[in-house]
Amino acid sequence: MTITTLFQHILTGISLGGAYALIAIGYTMVYGILRLINFAHGDIFMMAGYFMIFSMATLPWQIAIPLVCILTVALGVAVERAAYKPLRSAPRMSIMISAIGASYLIQNLATYLFTALPKAYPEIPFLKKILHIGSISSSLVTFITPVLTILLVLALMFLIHHTKVGMAMRAVSKDFETAQLMGIKLNNTISYTFVIGSLLAAIGSILYFTDRMSVTPFSGTLPGLKCFIAAVLGGIGNIPGAMVGGFIIGICETFLVAFGYSTFSDAFTFILLIIILLFRPTGLFGEKMTDKV
Amino acid sequence: MSKIRKSIYTAILAVIIIALMFFLEANKFRFGMAYTVIQKGLILSVVAVSMNLVTGFTGLFSLGQAGFMAIGAYVTAIFLIPADGMAEVYYISGVNPSIMSFKYWLESGPAWVQSMYPILALILGGLVAAVFAAIIGFPVLRLKSDYLAIATLGFSEIVRAIISSPQLDTITNGSYGLKKIPGFDSLFETFAIMAVCVLLMVLLLRSTYGRAFRAIREDEVAAEAMGINLSRHKQMSFIIGSFFSAVSGGMLAMFMRSIDSKTFSVSLTYDILLIVVIGGIGSVTGSVIASLLVTASKEWWLRFFDAPLYIGNFQVPLFRTGFRMVIFSVILLLVVLFYQRGIMGKNEFSWDRLSLRVRKLLGGRKRGAKNAR
Amino acid sequence: MLDNILTMKDITMQFGGVVAVDNLSLEVNRGEIVSLIGPNGAGKTTAFNVITGVYAPTNGAVYFKGNMITSNFPKGSMKKLYAGQNRGVYTTTMRKTPDQITKLGVARTFQNIRLFKELSTFENVLIAKHMRSKANVFSATLGLNYKEERQMREETMKLLDILGLVEVKDEVANSLPYGQQRHLEIARALATNPELLLLDEPAAGMNPQETDELTSFIYDIRKKFNLTIFMIEHHMDLVMDISDRIYVLDFGKLIASGTPAEIQSNQRVIEAYLGVQDDGEE
Repeated sequence: MTITTLFQHILTGISLGGAYALIAIGYTMVYGILRLINFAHGDIFMMAGYFMIFSMATLPWQIAIPLVCILTVALGVAVERAAYKPLRSAPRMSIMISAIGASYLIQNLATYLFTALPKAYPEIPFLKKILHIGSISSSLVTFITPVLTILLVLALMFLIHHTKVGMAMRAVSKDFETAQLMGIKLNNTISYTFVIGSLLAAIGSILYFTDRMSVTPFSGTLPGLKCFIAAVLGGIGNIPGAMVGGFIIGICETFLVAFGYSTFSDAFTFILLIIILLFRPTGLFGEKMTDKV
Repeated sequence: MSKIRKSIYTAILAVIIIALMFFLEANKFRFGMAYTVIQKGLILSVVAVSMNLVTGFTGLFSLGQAGFMAIGAYVTAIFLIPADGMAEVYYISGVNPSIMSFKYWLESGPAWVQSMYPILALILGGLVAAVFAAIIGFPVLRLKSDYLAIATLGFSEIVRAIISSPQLDTITNGSYGLKKIPGFDSLFETFAIMAVCVLLMVLLLRSTYGRAFRAIREDEVAAEAMGINLSRHKQMSFIIGSFFSAVSGGMLAMFMRSIDSKTFSVSLTYDILLIVVIGGIGSVTGSVIASLLVTASKEWWLRFFDAPLYIGNFQVPLFRTGFRMVIFSVILLLVVLFYQRGIMGKNEFSWDRLSLRVRKLLGGRKRGAKNAR
Repeated sequence: MLDNILTMKDITMQFGGVVAVDNLSLEVNRGEIVSLIGPNGAGKTTAFNVITGVYAPTNGAVYFKGNMITSNFPKGSMKKLYAGQNRGVYTTTMRKTPDQITKLGVARTFQNIRLFKELSTFENVLIAKHMRSKANVFSATLGLNYKEERQMREETMKLLDILGLVEVKDEVANSLPYGQQRHLEIARALATNPELLLLDEPAAGMNPQETDELTSFIYDIRKKFNLTIFMIEHHMDLVMDISDRIYVLDFGKLIASGTPAEIQSNQRVIEAYLGVQDDGEE
């Protein structure tokens, strides 16, 4: 493998990892607050792909992108209100089944509305522009993704540490009941979490699908699971951790594919999950950095 | 209700079921739909009960059923496909020679042994899955509820990826799948295998081990303080559950006659979860009843959702391919949100309970009549 | 001749930087009723959790009938954090799991009642018999252990009879009144055939009459089951009435031990505990 191809793969990996990171943050935030794996998160991400396809059919990208973000956020909050909120005090297993049910519903709804056939993802011309840096060439989106990811994480960290909403989130993630006694509106805070998670999923979806060209109702499942693993890898509840986890998984996956083990790249992620949970259940940054949200 | 009366009712019920089986067997072409649906429902009830054993009775939220079913299905299929059909099935990359010689050896056995092969194949599939369960159970069962769910779900996806990988072409036929799998001789055979499997699981649950499983579900700390070795019993429940999931997978392969790795995707596990939830988490009879009901509605009664519906000349909107599955996911959600007990809750079928229900239904009317007087 | 059944030696239990139990050593002799008292948060339940194997102590060892069941010394990140005494005295690690310790003959009840809530009274007790079953999973499934099963059920019935729970044997544990739930927890613990019974606040939530009855009840089961009893309790009347000896914990440290009379006149105890007795009462 030459240096050029090595860099090329690293770049692709970082870019994929950036998209993963954005989705992983959604998992990590919801888990931090509700102690719930939001099984539907991957499907919300997939639906964002479809929203983009339909908005771009009639609208220019400048309008389409904000529209997609709004629709995705609405979907995310709707899922929370319909499937998770009524079960707040129910046994854990019921909440998990409800989450799976929500995921199943979104998938089946997408199959019903858009058929199971892959739909072409629209091209956003400026994102697809090919850039050359030295001997490496790639589309603009590959360069933008990691930068945008890091910027968004920084913004998010600011939000969590320096705003009232962020403080409420931190409080709720530490202790549900006490936070409520302190006058924090639980349901609003949880909704904000879903808003942020879904918003990042929408942006992640644009970056992810631009490189992949098509969407099917099942395109959300595997990336969803992988991003959850990225969140666990980084230490669940830890936002910068989720980002690092996303990058690691993206790079590892790209290299596995490059070496011809594409069938095992999914298997690898899950083996990684089992290894982390056994040897370091708190993830890479679970203990030291306690930015638990 | 007296014991004798109950046994009489049970005997009558058994006779009705057996008579129904024979009737369907004799008229299998006239009632093709009912025949297929009942057969598939029976097969799924085995895996549903096994999932209930692990999830409902031991409290381990495992989502690996599809993976274990895949293992069972592939082992059963490779065992049962006739030797001279193998070349045709594996027409792309050929068959692994040791599998071929094993198959020739199998077919050289005496006829009565060969007639036992379907059963042996199912058991072998179950054992292979049990070995896998033992290996992954050791690390995975130490995880807490939702991590366990994700890890087992991941395992099931790994199994699928490995089965369809080109490296295993000569064994699993990669992504092309297997066909020409011999089917069941009769509905009765399916029923007999299902009945034995479910009976064994019921006996297990009623034994002292079954009580230990339920203790773990109720309170792990207290169970451990009562001298129950948590990891050993969790492992046991997981391995036994996986064994029966795999048997069910093998039966499914025999029922479908052709399988590929896509058959065993995560949505299969979700389908089984739907059955368990609707039947009642922690009820064996609930799972069996729900298997039949869900399969029947899915494949038969609610088919019309997928076909365009006309009232007069007006085509009702919404009714087209895929609508049925939307309805199903909505049902799952509604059951979880508003009717968590499912059909049976944690109870099992009993004549007493049935008569109580019937009396309640009739009683309402009688009281009304009394008041009128 | 005093016969030690339980010995805790230099037990320190530290969670992060918090020392919950600090260098606790105590002994319980066969046939005694010993109480462990102290204000809320003194580390009494933590001590029980160390004995029963729920927690591995940070430092120290526990012996049951002269055999070591637990031993540990500060390791990993605890090496730096460790704030207790006797560092370097213990060098072996031994950790029996709670189920193994129960099998050896130590049974317990829980402060916040941990019954198998959705199972019947009868099943709750029967489950405790499981660990003595010799049947493997196959023979149990096929019912080949029917003799043993019958015996388990008979023993369970006998136990329910002694504890006055026969009438509610088919009721779901969760639906029982509080006092009966406490009894059921004791019945369940007794079903494991213990030699040492640990009772964690058996009188909590009981009315005065029930508490009075508890004294004779505990004497009763000690005699019938040949038990040694080690108990955490807040009701001073009960403790002074029933205990052969008393240990007093305050902020994780042992501040006094002796007969009820000695404890009652101990100045430190009065300062630390009896003066603020109301704390412990509901």
